[in-house]
Amino acid sequence: MADFEEQLARLQDKIRDLQAFAREQGLDLRREILALEQKAAELRARMYASLSPWQKVQLARDVRRPTTLDYIDMLFTDFIQLHGDRQYRDDPALVGGIARLEGKPVTVLGHQKGRDTKDNIARNFGMPHPEGYRKALRLMEQAEKFGRPVICFIDTPGAYPGLGAEERGQGEAIARNLRAMAALAVPVLAVVTGEGGSGGALALGVGDALLMLEHAVYSVISPEGCAAILWKDSSRAREAAAALKLTAQDLARLGVADEVIPEPQGGIQKDWQAGARAVKEALVRHLDILSGLSADTLLRRRQRRLAAIGQWREH
Amino acid sequence: MALFRKPQYSSMPARPDRPRDIASKCDQCKSILIRQELEKNLRVCPRCGYHFPLTAWQRIQYTLDEGSFCELNAGLEPVNPLGFPGYDDKLARARKDSGLAEAVITGRGLIEGEPAYVGVLAPEFMLGSMGSVVGEKLARMLDEAGAQGVPAIIFSASGGARMQESIFSLFQMAKTSAALARLHRKGVLYISVLTHPTTGGVTASFAMLGDINIGESGALIGFAGPRVIQQTIGQTLPAGFQRAEFLLEHGMLDMVVERKELRPVLARLLRLHRGGER
Repeated sequence: MADFEEQLARLQDKIRDLQAFAREQGLDLRREILALEQKAAELRARMYASLSPWQKVQLARDVRRPTTLDYIDMLFTDFIQLHGDRQYRDDPALVGGIARLEGKPVTVLGHQKGRDTKDNIARNFGMPHPEGYRKALRLMEQAEKFGRPVICFIDTPGAYPGLGAEERGQGEAIARNLRAMAALAVPVLAVVTGEGGSGGALALGVGDALLMLEHAVYSVISPEGCAAILWKDSSRAREAAAALKLTAQDLARLGVADEVIPEPQGGIQKDWQAGARAVKEALVRHLDILSGLSADTLLRRRQRRLAAIGQWREH
Repeated sequence: MALFRKPQYSSMPARPDRPRDIASKCDQCKSILIRQELEKNLRVCPRCGYHFPLTAWQRIQYTLDEGSFCELNAGLEPVNPLGFPGYDDKLARARKDSGLAEAVITGRGLIEGEPAYVGVLAPEFMLGSMGSVVGEKLARMLDEAGAQGVPAIIFSASGGARMQESIFSLFQMAKTSAALARLHRKGVLYISVLTHPTTGGVTASFAMLGDINIGESGALIGFAGPRVIQQTIGQTLPAGFQRAEFLLEHGMLDMVVERKELRPVLARLLRLHRGGER
């Protein structure tokens, strides 16, 4: 739980205590309780509307948020999971397969975090190895062959920095995905659902539109990593989070994110179904537009979109 | 305690002037080398073969035919798009120390008479990190190479993406890779030369996407930096890990080439891909 949420939890505890007390003593404290509940509601509304970047980072990493497989379960029907890169092994940190969105076949991919510690160890905390990215590439090329749109769910601290990952070419695997996705002749939609961690996120994030959930974040380096490099002090992550301009709202302002998908009050972890409905609505709307374009137009549009990102001065 | 106090040599005379312009010390074998001989040997230690890092202009001087280089897009300059604290000062210092406007030089030139578009990352400018300008200049150069049907070569030397431009620098990986996808479709040769050090977002984009990937001898090449990996796995890294020779062994490079062989090797590859065959 994020620390700002503890304040709210304390208030709610107080309300419960007061209710119990009223019951035990046979007192009528409805007015007092109502006042406290109103205060809690106001506090909640105020807090979630004005979260600091660092609070958003905490919220984006909340383990109670839906994972890729949860989204697949809520948004799609007829999901068939496909495994393996055909070269080394199946990477459980990145999942994918075929499913239907409103009846139409699509290829779905996403980073997969665990739901608890044990699951997270099996999923490597959603940090793929090269074989994960190579599986993704295989499934994207398969999607292209059969004319299916590709939908990517992004939620990872980053690509795994380990011995095996380096030996098997982590950099090459990510690079190849970037180049392939820039030229894939089917619609590609990316949604950052939680944590967009650097190149490991981007390897599923080159497409025709980038959507972000309201409390998702996306940056080139984690706030902790940034603070450690810049100030030799990872405890200054709060400052780094603000400096990195990593919130969905920042990215929309900077023209990198195309749409911010609203979350239920308190974040999608408070109401999965309501959150998922908003995600689905956005996906269907974007796919409807993109599916109407010819492959040529689609690719020209995508290349133009990528070419426009960045700011500089020229004289 | 006093027994172990570090002696303070406050009264010691300053180190006698070692004429920096006459001699250099090898970082690896510590030999003192005559500057002129070192330059003649392309800044490779004649004793142990250690490759001294090169500035972008030195790389151009050592690789291209004399007087053949014509710079492109020299007028692109960085801004501070996120208002990142301290970035303006860092840029100003980097400009002053390196004499460059940004961490890449791009242009067109000849290698043993063979035309090529050449991009060179400048490790002397903020560790050759890639922000908006680096991505944009490389993408323009690749597009120009594609339009002219002339091969492109990029020499990487970079700490990766530039933190201070966060999401913009991250997406330069996508921008340069997209430009390479266009070049790929045009059937134009792209050679990536990975020099010391090439890491992070540069490795995970254009540096690994060469039709031919060449590592310069001894170069550190990887996605994650060795310190990050060591912290993650909690053990010391094997000797030679992430060196060019290691990557060759693991199938990530086509060849490892010593600096003095680089120019003739590039020229041969360019000649083998000379136009008209397509």
